[in-house]
Amino acid sequence: MNAPIVKILGLFKSYYRDSLEIPVLHDINLDIPQGQFLALMGPSGSGKTTLLNLIAGIDRPTSGTLAVAGEEIGKLTEQQMAKWRSRHIGFIFQFYNLLPVLTAYENVELPLLLTSLSRKERKEHVETALSIVGLSDRMKHYPRQLSGGQEQRVAIARAVVSDPTLLLADEPTGDLDKNSAEDIMTLLARLNKEYGKTIVMVTHDPRAAEKANFVRHLDKGELQQ
Amino acid sequence: MKLLKLITKNAGRHKLRTILTVVGLALAVMAFGLIRTFIIAWYASARASAPDRLVTRHSVSIVFTLPLAYKEQLLQVDGVEDVTFGCWFGGIYVDPKNFFANFAVEHTSFLRIYPEYIVPPDQLDAFASERQAAVVGRKLADRFGWKLGDQITLTGTIYPGDWQFVIRGIYSGKTVDTDETAFLFRYDYLDERMKEESPGRAGQIGWYILKIDDPNRSAEIGSKIDARFDNSWAETKTETEKDFALSFIQMSSAIIVGLRIVSYLIIGVIFLVLANTMAMTARERISENAFMRTLGFRGYHLVGLILGESLLIALMGGLCGMLLLYVVSSGVGVALSQFFPGFEADAMTYMLTTATAILIGVAASVFPINRALRIKIVDGLRVVD
Ligand SMILES: Nc1ncnc2c1ncn2[C@@H]1O[C@H](COP(=O)(O)OP(=O)(O)OP(=O)(O)O)[C@@H](O)[C@H]1O
Ligand SMILES: [Mg+2]
Repeated sequence: MNAPIVKILGLFKSYYRDSLEIPVLHDINLDIPQGQFLALMGPSGSGKTTLLNLIAGIDRPTSGTLAVAGEEIGKLTEQQMAKWRSRHIGFIFQFYNLLPVLTAYENVELPLLLTSLSRKERKEHVETALSIVGLSDRMKHYPRQLSGGQEQRVAIARAVVSDPTLLLADEPTGDLDKNSAEDIMTLLARLNKEYGKTIVMVTHDPRAAEKANFVRHLDKGELQQ
Repeated sequence: MKLLKLITKNAGRHKLRTILTVVGLALAVMAFGLIRTFIIAWYASARASAPDRLVTRHSVSIVFTLPLAYKEQLLQVDGVEDVTFGCWFGGIYVDPKNFFANFAVEHTSFLRIYPEYIVPPDQLDAFASERQAAVVGRKLADRFGWKLGDQITLTGTIYPGDWQFVIRGIYSGKTVDTDETAFLFRYDYLDERMKEESPGRAGQIGWYILKIDDPNRSAEIGSKIDARFDNSWAETKTETEKDFALSFIQMSSAIIVGLRIVSYLIIGVIFLVLANTMAMTARERISENAFMRTLGFRGYHLVGLILGESLLIALMGGLCGMLLLYVVSSGVGVALSQFFPGFEADAMTYMLTTATAILIGVAASVFPINRALRIKIVDGLRVVD
């Protein structure tokens, strides 16, 4: 296997409500090698989303170290983190999080607005990403004109358009019917196999987890062996 | 900025809400502008007054008269160049609803001291040669369709009986602020009839107007005059024409103060309308803003988006409001030209409304921006809309 792209060592995460400490993640140790498609499973409230958010650099560990793509992200400033995320992370959500006022094309283009790419270069990237997810003919459609499965594919195109180091997906099929879910999973598996994308996916669905090449279980904030 | 398109798209997200907000802003902006214009027009008479004219009236009140005999004494005061006088007549033309200012003046001197009332020379001659002659403002003549040579009857209120006049002159104003609605007639006509009908009221006039040689000396000359008539039968109060006009306006100052308060309240309403819309927007976009930050967009991007949207709506409202103000104020200006010469929203009013719109656009975005920046990304993402 390749060198780990995510290295987590003795990671703890607690939330604080008033002065009350709510421990969520307990002593997590995890290496994710480059090119792995990892499924994270576990009961509701076990801390899956929290772990994913930490890897995504939108939250900070309480203690322990968390290095992604060679960068210890807990030590970055907010500003550096924002920049780091735009370069390394593609995020896929359960509810797609497309901007309703933007077309499929414009939604996919959004992350590229943070880069110095020219309009023409952006167009190439967006068209490539949309063709990978099979939506070249839906570029001018608004989210409300698309099915749930299509919306999620637009969201995936947006996640890969800037060619991030790591794809993170939080229950990407949670809001979809069986067939659409199947399509999405096939697509993610293809991104992993054909394009070598490293993927961390949280899911409740065992059928979805089958598509992954590695499954880890989280229970009450602890990673099971 | 690449996000410019997103700003306009965001503003159009809830079309009905944005339209209602813009209409609300437009109406409020128009109301604000109209009130301001009204207040300015209200003070127009004071603005139109000349700095080198003083008015001497009875110290108690303008309704008390002064003896005609004061004129010679006033002329002797150092610094006084010329003196004329007026006498409020308060006559009614057919119906009290037809109200307009009508007063007797000394025909030999009045128009000399009021050069802003422009009367053609031949009409001046006619005014001088006929005791019942009257000179009326252009707008007043237009209002009743009077022409030169028309016979007019006014029914006296202060001076009883019917009074016949012949229109011999129509004056026009030198500037838009000049009142063109006055009815002037000769004092000697009034005085002659008073001598016959009630001799005790003959030889009495309403107020003197003095032309002085140096506007800077107005206070000094005024107090010299008032000192001269101290302890006399009719004590005087002398002030600049501007203060004199203002003292009339002050009688209705409660209304003006009320209007000013209303206009400030309107600014408050404009603010609340927009702030409410922007607050709704902020609530709806919590997860969206958190998501934008997940992508790597920074605080200043969100500031630009929210501030831009707020400003866009505010400026649209301001622009529509100013268009409305322009249309309505010229309409009102025509309708009220009898009462308010020069009723027209001025450049300053338009500038003020623009500045107010910008200020309100900025202010209304403060809360949503604060909200969008304060919330942690992970918390924002958990909010499902
Ligand atoms: N911002 C927060 N403040 C306080 N507690 C939080 C916060 N975020 C998460 N938690 C708590 O942390 C625990 C783990 O939450 P998390 O969302 O990671 O669970 P999950 O495994 O993703 O669950 P699900 O499968 O339902 O999505 C929960 O008990 C939750 O209440
Ligand atoms: Mg979760």
